[in-house]
Amino acid sequence: MNLVERGRFLLHITGTHGIVRRYFVVNGFDGALTMLGLIMGFLVSGPASLGVVISACLGAAIALGVSGVSSAYVSEVAERQRALLKLEEAMVTDLQDSDHGEAARWVPMLIALVNGSAPLVISLLIIAPLWLALAGVPLPVSPLHAAIGVALLVIFLLGVFLGRVAGVPWLRSGIRTLLVALVTAALIYLFAG
Amino acid sequence: MVAVKRLVLDILKPHQPNALEFSRSIAAVGADYRVRLTVIEVDENTETLQMMIEGSAIDFEAVQSSITDMGGSLHSIDEVEVQSEPDAG
Repeated sequence: MNLVERGRFLLHITGTHGIVRRYFVVNGFDGALTMLGLIMGFLVSGPASLGVVISACLGAAIALGVSGVSSAYVSEVAERQRALLKLEEAMVTDLQDSDHGEAARWVPMLIALVNGSAPLVISLLIIAPLWLALAGVPLPVSPLHAAIGVALLVIFLLGVFLGRVAGVPWLRSGIRTLLVALVTAALIYLFAG
Repeated sequence: MVAVKRLVLDILKPHQPNALEFSRSIAAVGADYRVRLTVIEVDENTETLQMMIEGSAIDFEAVQSSITDMGGSLHSIDEVEVQSEPDAG
């Protein structure tokens, strides 16, 4: 069993596939909306250098990543240990050396990694147009508008992913999450503009 | 040499891995193992199984180790079939 198969097996026996998926979407959505909010803020607050915008966004992205890793790890360690203890009581045996013991040690790390990397990777994707503009790559629209476009696309795709998970029409699900992003953008424009 | 040909075991295991995965893992211990698993009782967190393993030479220690690795607990050996075979050479 290779590392990926082993990871899948450990998630399977602990029934945590759904938790990983939920964390990915929830924190990915958090990352995308945070970046959208930051970039919208810069857009309505007047001119700022690309370097400043990138630094602010990168700072927020790193903070979201670290927050995601640490919060998920701490809570999942407690949850997995509790589940293992309950199972050990039912089995009347020590399960530390079994697959369940291994899962209690590794699954929190896997979940923490997903929870932290989802907002970080999505944020980096959204600020990629800013980096490209800074590197001198010509963009069809202004870098901030391009980043907002990527943010809206990512949020739409997260909705599509949720639609596929739930088995509902992907377009409707994508449009629903996109509407959330548009309402967020409108609120920022209304209050910060 | 005495070869173990058949074993019937009474096992307590958590719900996961499920009966199919559990049987597959036990069968994978040997090259020609045939496994038949019957779920006797299902509780909130555990299930009691009766497992019959057939093979030309069952490695009991390896089977027991595989059961323990998956979080199972061997309660008893209910049936055994062994056969003495002339040593090769």
